[in-house]
Amino acid sequence: MSDDHDDSPIAAQVRDLEALLEAKGLIDPRELDQVLEAFAAKASPANGFRVVARAWVDEGFRERLLAGANDALPELGLSMGGGLQPQVLHVVENTEDVHNVIVCTLCSCYPLSLLGPSPTWYKSTAYRSAVVSRPREVLEQFGFDLPQDTQIRVWDANAESRYMVLPRRPDGTDELTEAELAALVTRNGLIGTAAV
Amino acid sequence: MSERYRTGDRVRTSTVDPDHHTRLPHYARGHVGTVVGHDGVHPLADLSAQGIQQRQQVYLVRFCARELFGHGDHSVTLSLWEDYLSHE
Repeated sequence: MSDDHDDSPIAAQVRDLEALLEAKGLIDPRELDQVLEAFAAKASPANGFRVVARAWVDEGFRERLLAGANDALPELGLSMGGGLQPQVLHVVENTEDVHNVIVCTLCSCYPLSLLGPSPTWYKSTAYRSAVVSRPREVLEQFGFDLPQDTQIRVWDANAESRYMVLPRRPDGTDELTEAELAALVTRNGLIGTAAV
Repeated sequence: MSERYRTGDRVRTSTVDPDHHTRLPHYARGHVGTVVGHDGVHPLADLSAQGIQQRQQVYLVRFCARELFGHGDHSVTLSLWEDYLSHE
């Protein structure tokens, strides 16, 4: 029963459950709204862009980020907490030989605090099923042609961990500041459906 | 907590399609992969959905696309609880 996570029935179930918990006095709806609003206000892909830019300019940070992202994020005032439970983040690095792509084939697990709200296509059955079996074709649909000899690694966030891609720093950017570098990064680059 | 598998071990995933919640996707059932790391100790999702708390080691397991789908030259890495795996 791993494929019954379609968005609309789950959303309806969650609404019903929330209403029931409120009716029984087990949760305070204002408290729940406050938690969700506070989390949503801080959840932005700009956070992910800053992480990438810092990793590009600071080799020590890059190493700490890849070794254990949860311990490195506080250096930028960020964390994987803030939701209802803290989550483990794995940052996976693109290289000349390896390109990484993230997906959650079971539902739509995604590091919201660093990437912001997930795009609709990320939650679609089409993306979730195609990217694990034919990632090169999916990337082509995004207008992203990888060299044939680049190895593709797909990461399925099917359990408790979340993933973010560290894209390769574009050529010809040696003179740019950290803020200018951050402005080059896109949300799709953090998912792996774009080069940067 | 003791770890049954080590990095580099070849493991096979369960073929069972349970009638309860699970986090082992269909496409990864009954296939052989390689443990590439440990991914913490977490409550087994299958039991949590039944109201039972049992923490268990989770492994990062990498599969070749050809093993999973019969085609492709990429890899797919999943996080799998110890109960989903057996030694190959």
